[in-house]
This record gives sequence, C-alpha cells and structure tokens, in this order.
Amino acid sequence: MWEYSDKVREHFFQPRNSGPLEDANGIGDVGSIQCGDALRLMLKVEPETDVILDAHFQTFGCGSAIASSSALTEMVKGKTLDEALTISNQDIADFLDGLPPEKMHCSVMGREALQAAIANYRGEVWSDDHEEGALICKCFAIDAVMIEDVIKANGLNTVEEVTFYTKAGGGCAACHEGIEEILAKVKSDNPGMGETSPPAACPATPEAPKPPTKKLSIVEKIAKIQAVLESVRPMLQRDHGDVELADVQGKKIYVHLKGACSGCMMEAATLGGIQQKMIETLGELVQVLPSSHMPVEA
Amino acid sequence: MKPIYLDNNATTRVDPAVVDAMLPFFTEHFGNASSIHAFGSEVGKALKKARSQVQALLGAEHDSEIIFTSCGTESDSTAILSALKAQPDRNTVITTNVEHPAILTLCDWLEKEGYIVHKLKVDKKGRIDMDEYKSLLHDRVAIVSAMWANNETGTIFPVVEMAELAAAKGIMFHTDAVQAVGKIPIDLKNTKIDMLSLSGHKLHAPKGIGVLYLRRGCRFRPLLRGGHQERGRRAGTENSASIVGLGMACELAMQKMEFENTEVRRLRDKLEKGILNQITHCFATGDVSNRLPNTSNIAFEYIEGEGILMLLNKVGIAGSSGSACTSGSLEPSHVMRAMGIPYTAAHGTIRFSLSVYNTEEEIDRVIAAVPPIVAQLRKLSPYWTDKGPATNPEAAFAPTYA
Repeated sequence: MWEYSDKVREHFFQPRNSGPLEDANGIGDVGSIQCGDALRLMLKVEPETDVILDAHFQTFGCGSAIASSSALTEMVKGKTLDEALTISNQDIADFLDGLPPEKMHCSVMGREALQAAIANYRGEVWSDDHEEGALICKCFAIDAVMIEDVIKANGLNTVEEVTFYTKAGGGCAACHEGIEEILAKVKSDNPGMGETSPPAACPATPEAPKPPTKKLSIVEKIAKIQAVLESVRPMLQRDHGDVELADVQGKKIYVHLKGACSGCMMEAATLGGIQQKMIETLGELVQVLPSSHMPVEA
Repeated sequence: MKPIYLDNNATTRVDPAVVDAMLPFFTEHFGNASSIHAFGSEVGKALKKARSQVQALLGAEHDSEIIFTSCGTESDSTAILSALKAQPDRNTVITTNVEHPAILTLCDWLEKEGYIVHKLKVDKKGRIDMDEYKSLLHDRVAIVSAMWANNETGTIFPVVEMAELAAAKGIMFHTDAVQAVGKIPIDLKNTKIDMLSLSGHKLHAPKGIGVLYLRRGCRFRPLLRGGHQERGRRAGTENSASIVGLGMACELAMQKMEFENTEVRRLRDKLEKGILNQITHCFATGDVSNRLPNTSNIAFEYIEGEGILMLLNKVGIAGSSGSACTSGSLEPSHVMRAMGIPYTAAHGTIRFSLSVYNTEEEIDRVIAAVPPIVAQLRKLSPYWTDKGPATNPEAAFAPTYA
C-alpha cells in the first residue's frame, strides 16, 4: 500500500465539499483514461468580483485523487479566478504534505480541473496540452511521454543525457533499462537520429576541444558562472531547492546548495550536472563543489 | 476488533505446525545436506521426506521429479527458458493474456529477444477458446505455458486437456499452478503436464520457497548452474528449513483438501451472495461455475478499488484490487481488461480470497461492512446520482481525457 501522509488520509476519509453544487457556474471535467481517475470540479463564481464563493467536487478515483480534489476545493475558495490559476499541482501536493511520486498525477488532474472549470466559466474552450505516459522514474516521477519528448527535442543518445535533461534515472537507477528502451524506440522511429546528428545537434562537442581564443578575465568568468547558475535555478526551485555562488578559487567553483537541495541524496548528481554545464560554457575544466568543502582560512 | 484477512491469493499465514517443523532446522539441524557428517545427514533425510510430501500433494510419479527453487517466479522462468534452450529449433511460446506477470513479463522480454509469443485471448468469463489453441500448435512451438487457476478471478483453465493436445503434437506443456496447488486436487502422473510451478507462501509455507515439477524424461536445461544440488538441475545450497516447512504445508493441504472444497467454498459463496444481494451495479468476474473454491472477485461499478480497500482496511478487512492505483501502474488489471470489463468497473474490482482459517463470523462482518463503504464512495462519484447511476453514465460524465 502507498505511504500516504496523514493529511491525505484525513482528506480521503473526510472529504470536504464533495457532491454536486446546484448553482455552479463553472464546471471542469477532466480525467486520465489509462489511470482511471476522473474529476468534476464545480465552482460558484461571483460575476462582479470573480471571487470563487464555493467549490465542490465529484471524483472517480483512488484515495489520493479524492484527497487532491478535496484539497483543491479548500484551496480555491475565497480566491479570485486569477489567484486560483496560480495554484500549481505542486501546491496541491504540498497542501497535502506530499504525494507518492506515482500519485503526483492526481495533483496534476486537480490543476487541470481548475483550468477547465475556469475556462468553462469564462466561456472558453480548455484543451489539455499534457499527455501522461507510464511512470518510468519513480524517484523523480518522470513518465515515458516526457522522456520521449525530451529525447526527440534534444537528440539525446544516452541514459546519462536523459538524466541530465529530465532527472529521470538519477536516483536509484532501477529505471535505466526502461530509459534505454525509450531511447531505442525513438531511434528506431527516427532512423538516422543519433548517428548523424551529434555534431550538428550538440554544439558542445565541436566547441569543447577548442580552447577559448582569449583567456577570460575573472569578471567575465564570474558573469558566465552566474549565468549558468541562473539557468539551473528554476529547475531546482521547482523541487524547492536553490543554488547560489559562494566563491571561485582557481578552477574550483564553490556553491551554496539551499532548501531541499541541501542534504539531498541527489546532491552529487545536481553538482555534476552544474559542473557539466560550467565546463561547456567556460570551455575549460572546472570543478563545482559545495561550499562546505571550501578551505577554511587560516 | 480482530482484523480479517481475505487476501490469501496474495500470500498466506504460515501454519503454526509448519513453523514448528522448521524451527529445528535453523539451530539443531543447521548442517549442509551435502556434508558427510551427522550434521548434514539429518538434513538430507528431512529433505527427502519433504520431497515425498510435495510429491504426494502433486500426485507425481517419482520424488526426483520435484525440484526445489526459491519461488514460483524462478520455477516459471526456469521452465520456459529451459524449453527454449533445450529445443533450439523451436522458437515459439504459447501462453495466455491473463497469466501472472512472472510469465507475461518474461514473454515480453523473450519477444524482444526475437522469440515468437502467442497469447491466447479469453472471453468475458476469462475462458480460452480451445479451437484457437489447437490451431496454434505446430512444430515450431517449444512450450505451452498456461496457468492452472487465475490469481485474480480463480478461473480454472482446462490444463489437463490442453496438455494432452500439446503432447499429441510433441510440444512441452508447463502450468503455473501457484494458485491451484493445495486448493484443488492435482494428480500429475495421470496427466501429460511436463512442468508445473508452485510457490510455498500460497499454501501456508513460508515465502522464499518454490517447486518446479519436472516430468521424468522431459528435456531440461538448468537456470542456475553450480553445485550438484537437486541433481544439478538447480544449484545452490538447499533452503532446508523452508523445504521442510513446505513439505509439512503440503501434507496439511492434503488433509484439508476436502474442507477447502466444502466449507471454504460455502463461506466464499455466502460472502459473494451476501454482497451481490445487497448492492446494485456490481457483479462477480470470471467463470463463477469453474473457479477456485476460495476466490471471489467482485466489480463495483462507478467507483475505484483503492478507495474501497482503504475504507475496508479502516474497519480491519484486508482484500486486494485490480485497480490501477493499487499496483503502481497506470493500467487497471490486465486480467479484467482481457475479459473486456469496462474501465468504470475494472477499476472497482475487489478480490476476496479466503483460507481455511476464515470463520463464519468474519464473513458475516464483511457482508455487513461492504455496502456502506460502496455507498460512501458512490456518493463522491461523478457517475452516480442520489437516485443511482446517472442515466447513461458515460454521457452524463465525459471528461476531457489526458
């Protein structure tokens, strides 16, 4: 059985706002046919203020789907439509003190129902832009469709590259066979990909061997380092982590890992990923280390 | 209140008599059966006895036809891979699309390796089409593997007849009998079955012990090579305590076979009727007239199984579900889909599997507990109104599917 948080259990055993809402003026029906979860979210919106006065749900689905629906109705009540639209699926999961990775799609369904209900109220047509596949990486909740899309978009060829781009496979590594199968499938669907593309699709390869024509000044170098860190921060922030530059000492770049990143079992992989980007961007071999490794001043 | 365990097709409690039989083999009789000294020979004798106990339950002709393995999955893999290795001129496997993952996942992998796998389809009651089966038996088939009884519905396949048909064409026949052994009488010496898998923990022996029955004369290639244990057919030091336990469990199963097929069957029927009579829009799945005596699988329409299990668990009742969400996969049970059960019912299937330990009082409690749980969840369901299912439920609620 799943390890559900007490909050998930509580919302499942005593769901809030369940059942039809008679005078609803915004209704969103969404679901995932493979997974068999489906949710109807009903909103009663005050037209003058756009404030959600009441929200009810009906859900066909598992314990966490019902709990996510219940949580969602509690979260949106009293909010304006625009405020409600800022709720992400991670917010729904956080509200419930987390969901197992296999169950994150329940929170995604909640967010989609909210978008659909608001679109319905506004007289718009909501279309789903997200397709969900079989869960491949259980450590980071990455599904097959996402991995396939990223492989195609970036011309990836190895499990390591997939991990670098999606995080899939970066944890317990049990899904590497699954990732290899997706790689093989993409390759067989797109013959030629992988054999001919690397030089064109992967600018890092031809550039890396060439040393930079002019040695970077320390200011230029730090600006580039900062740019790399900025580029990875949104990804880390999505998982409630963050990174900041601590110091640069020669070829060693020290960073502060913050929030969820500090003490994360994936710390080494995160730093490895950043280091790879640093090497590509700076065109020289550098090492990225946590600030705790900084030599103490004598 | 004492919890009620109705998930015996998942695993069973080890019988106290089995534990008693095993305990001396951890401390007193810890020797290696292969050793010459007294420590070893005691164990050797115990293994011989256990082998004959298993032989008796299976109705095998010779005790040397019993090979101890680590689990049902190992026995399944050994059987199928052996048939392919021993007959390199044959590249096809015939199985069914309702097998346990121990067979299906292996077959999917074999397909990737270039073998041909035919999966027999089943009808709405989970029965195979014997004409289709006959039409597939040809001289490139290395092995047929069909389960004796289905783990989800208890539906029994006509494996004895299937084995006859395979033998007539010179094709090996294997059956995954993990759910059937100990629940229904088996007499292998009067069948053409070449190989059979069983798993100890399904019949009140511990986990981590299984058996592959291998008919004398059937060509064989081991999965594990190494020492001479099990006559070189399965290397690795014998799990002596568990083997002794399995022997005892087989003996007990023989003694209780009649009880299983009368009293356990009566309680199962009472449970099923009690639930079906009280709740609308639910039905028993599988071939109800031809199934294991202990299994009842009921589909509750318009609700999802995990919720049912969580609420059952809250009142101390343990069952299992074919819903996607309880398995970690996104798909509902492949067995339910193979039988063409609609998604809105397949996700709401609950399996109750009894054992000889269940009591009448427990069954009465379950019959009383299920209806309010189903009603509670249906109240939350978009397919349901306070007057019963929405008229034309699929049209009343047609979500945008991702």
